[in-house]
Amino acid sequence: MELKEKLVSSFLAFENTVDVDAPIHDIRSQAIKVFEEKGFPTKKEEAWKYTSLNSILKHDYSIFPKEENALDFKDIKKYFIHDIDTYKIVFIDGKYSSHLSETTHEKIDVCLMSSALTHEKYKPIVDNYFNKIARQDGLTSLNTAFSREGAYIYIPKNKLADKPIQIIHFSTGKESAQMLQPRNLIIVEENSHVQIIERHQSLTDNPVLTNSVTEIFVDKRAVVDYYKIQNDNQNASLIDNTYIDQQSQSLASVHTFAFGGNITRNNLNFYQKGEGIDSVLNGITIVEGKQHVDHNTLVHHTQPNCESHQDYKGIFDEKATGVFNGKIIVNKEAQKTNAFQSNNNILLSDKATINSKPQLEIFADDVKCSHGCTIGQLDDNALFYMRSRGIGEKEAKALLMYAFANNVLESVKIPQLKSRINKLIANKLNVNIGFDL
Amino acid sequence: MAYTEDDLKKELETKEYEYGFYTDIESDTFPVGLNEDIVRAISKKKEEPEWMTEWRLEAFRVWEKMEEPEWANVRYEKPDFQSISYYSAPNKKPKYNSIDEVDPELLETFKKLGISLDEQKKLAGVAVDIVMDSVSVATTFKETLAEKGIIFCSISEAIQEHPELVKKYIGSVVPQKDNFYAALNSAVFSDGSFCYIPKGVRCPMELSTYFRINQAGTGQFERTLVVADQGSYVSYLEGCTAPSRDENQLHAAVVELIALDDAEIKYSTVQNWYPGNADGKGGVYNFVTKRGICETNAKISWTQVETGSAVTWKYPSCVLKGNNSVGEFYSIAVTNNYQQADTGTKMIHLGKNTKSTIISKGISAGKSQNSYRGLVQINSRATNARNFSQCDSLLMGNECGAHTFPYIEAKNKTAQIEHEATTSKIGEDQIFYCNQRGIDTEKAIALIVNGFSKEVLNKLPMEFAVEAQKLLEISLEGSVG
Repeated sequence: MELKEKLVSSFLAFENTVDVDAPIHDIRSQAIKVFEEKGFPTKKEEAWKYTSLNSILKHDYSIFPKEENALDFKDIKKYFIHDIDTYKIVFIDGKYSSHLSETTHEKIDVCLMSSALTHEKYKPIVDNYFNKIARQDGLTSLNTAFSREGAYIYIPKNKLADKPIQIIHFSTGKESAQMLQPRNLIIVEENSHVQIIERHQSLTDNPVLTNSVTEIFVDKRAVVDYYKIQNDNQNASLIDNTYIDQQSQSLASVHTFAFGGNITRNNLNFYQKGEGIDSVLNGITIVEGKQHVDHNTLVHHTQPNCESHQDYKGIFDEKATGVFNGKIIVNKEAQKTNAFQSNNNILLSDKATINSKPQLEIFADDVKCSHGCTIGQLDDNALFYMRSRGIGEKEAKALLMYAFANNVLESVKIPQLKSRINKLIANKLNVNIGFDL
Repeated sequence: MAYTEDDLKKELETKEYEYGFYTDIESDTFPVGLNEDIVRAISKKKEEPEWMTEWRLEAFRVWEKMEEPEWANVRYEKPDFQSISYYSAPNKKPKYNSIDEVDPELLETFKKLGISLDEQKKLAGVAVDIVMDSVSVATTFKETLAEKGIIFCSISEAIQEHPELVKKYIGSVVPQKDNFYAALNSAVFSDGSFCYIPKGVRCPMELSTYFRINQAGTGQFERTLVVADQGSYVSYLEGCTAPSRDENQLHAAVVELIALDDAEIKYSTVQNWYPGNADGKGGVYNFVTKRGICETNAKISWTQVETGSAVTWKYPSCVLKGNNSVGEFYSIAVTNNYQQADTGTKMIHLGKNTKSTIISKGISAGKSQNSYRGLVQINSRATNARNFSQCDSLLMGNECGAHTFPYIEAKNKTAQIEHEATTSKIGEDQIFYCNQRGIDTEKAIALIVNGFSKEVLNKLPMEFAVEAQKLLEISLEGSVG
């Protein structure tokens, strides 16, 4: 049976396992209809021109988690940023794992989507925020229809989340193939501040497909730092849909580190709805083998005096393919917008491919908008310089690549996370340079 | 022709579209609609050989199954292809040997266009193949060119006299089924120009063609084929004006350039068709397919100044097939009032050490929409390919839009690609600076726009550069508020 049909026909069964009277019942039923109509995107759609999901949709995925699987902390410790104190929301095969997690309801809410969706006390919040900015496309609607579990984070006015929050999804591979659909809702009220690290990790070689949706509401003067670590194994694919709603003078930044996974698609959308907003989108992609990474970004400027900064670096080896599809829209009211976008790529092999499509759609005249895109290779002169001074070829190349990605890395605000990513990059480039990169 | 400040002043005073006149010449027009019979009839009318008729029919059959493309960033009422007459030719058709024989009314038209034939002959060594409503009525300097072995004639004449060349090259760069409008053109093209430069010949003058759309309700389907044989060089100019009309007119031309080994083709266009009035009514639909192919060491350079047409859909492209070949694209697209332009280029790098340069300047004013859409593709065998692209947009007022849709696809690790795009407006301080020195705002804008477009204007042949500068000024008139 085709995956689409399987999903549509499983919907009733799914509704029966969750509370049919839940306030979001209507939203779910509506969403499954949208998915039934639109289905999975194909290469015929402009936004999916360079990414085909066919190869990952052919597996017979199990759609619901059947049982609770337990994991030992010592086995999975390495996937956490464990050298600092953090809140943790951990899911195993789509189910919440209470013994690995560390949540709170004191002052701020760091807890579960399932309780937010079912408890009466959260109803006003669900009514106001749930599914409000998510786009009604096939994949997002599919997630909405099956939305049950994920992270729910609520930071009230004038609060500083006292430590970073880690959201980690593990898949154990007990099922032969598994589809996960986490749904996160993050609300950060006026003058508040939060740092979030998200990671998806598969623990076996069985295929995993994650279709994740995250909605983030950033109120006036709030600050959100979001880090996505995508270093999954080669049989895990990820479609990440993130929607960010920003109000006046807020600052939201999303860093995406795409090092692993089979097919990774990031749909990252920023909607600026006030004045004086700053949006930051940074990314480092280092892939090889047959990996495919697609960054699809949108920044929509609707009000005056806002800024956006995008900086994506990519290094592609072997048969890897990379896609960057960035779009900036400036409405005619959004005068004095400064929007910058840059996409730099290095190809290391003859079989690697880059498709880049930086777009600007501008309707206001008093703006400064620019985009730049480069595709090139490592500088032979620089390599020669280093090699003539006794640095091995591999190390010299790694140093250059590291330098290439460095200014994205510099903007990571959690030092422990930064050194972790440094290690990941060093691992990825397969070098030991003898000092801490 | 010397162009003085007084001329400019006169131009600036002409607020309405200045070439908006209509010559009353009886035309030999086909009934409206399109079917196989019409295609056959066009072919018969032009006394074409059997293979050409078949070629057209093949295109027609493909076209019938195709759908009009909708991906472009333009909105317009789809033309009804069954309510267009696909052939019209000036009635008094005989070929003229001297100017005196030409219909005086026609001559008057040319005079208004500023290409008085007798003057033209003496001027600057430009040979003009004037196409008026699809049929070539006068060709000058043909003999001078013939001495060098250069063939420069209408495509219908070429089909009669040089069938082997036409047969070999037509459709080799833009196949019949390439796209909707190319297929339509292939089926019904009425006339156009053909140019062949023999081996090692450097064409001594700029070749130029003027297109006009005249007859009410007739579509214009031009077909241009330029073949530069090994080691030759040609510079080809194309300039366009069309009379004012309320009814939308369709123009679907196809231009094919073939640059064989070591050859160079420079193709320049100034397009100033009727853009519709200030309310966006009327205007020409310009759906053009232009493409060139470069063999080893060859070079093709496209330069265009687009100021007219209500809707423009045009992507002059280069297929860099041979090693060391070079493609260039220089463009200025100006849109005002309700004009819409979706234009850009495709650079397909197939050969080794191929280079391409793209400089695109978009200027939008009024309520217009101006898009750059381009593709740079480096194929896996194109070692050491190099591309530089720069797309700058200038916005005037906050009711217009500027869009950039570049596609960059690299499949070779030695590729070096740079793409840059900026969007900005004319600074108030710049205008103030000019005002302070006694230059009024309108002139100041013209000055700044000319500076903004300079990199492209410089690439135009002399005669065209002057004309293009004038056009820029006229098109942007009244856009400052």
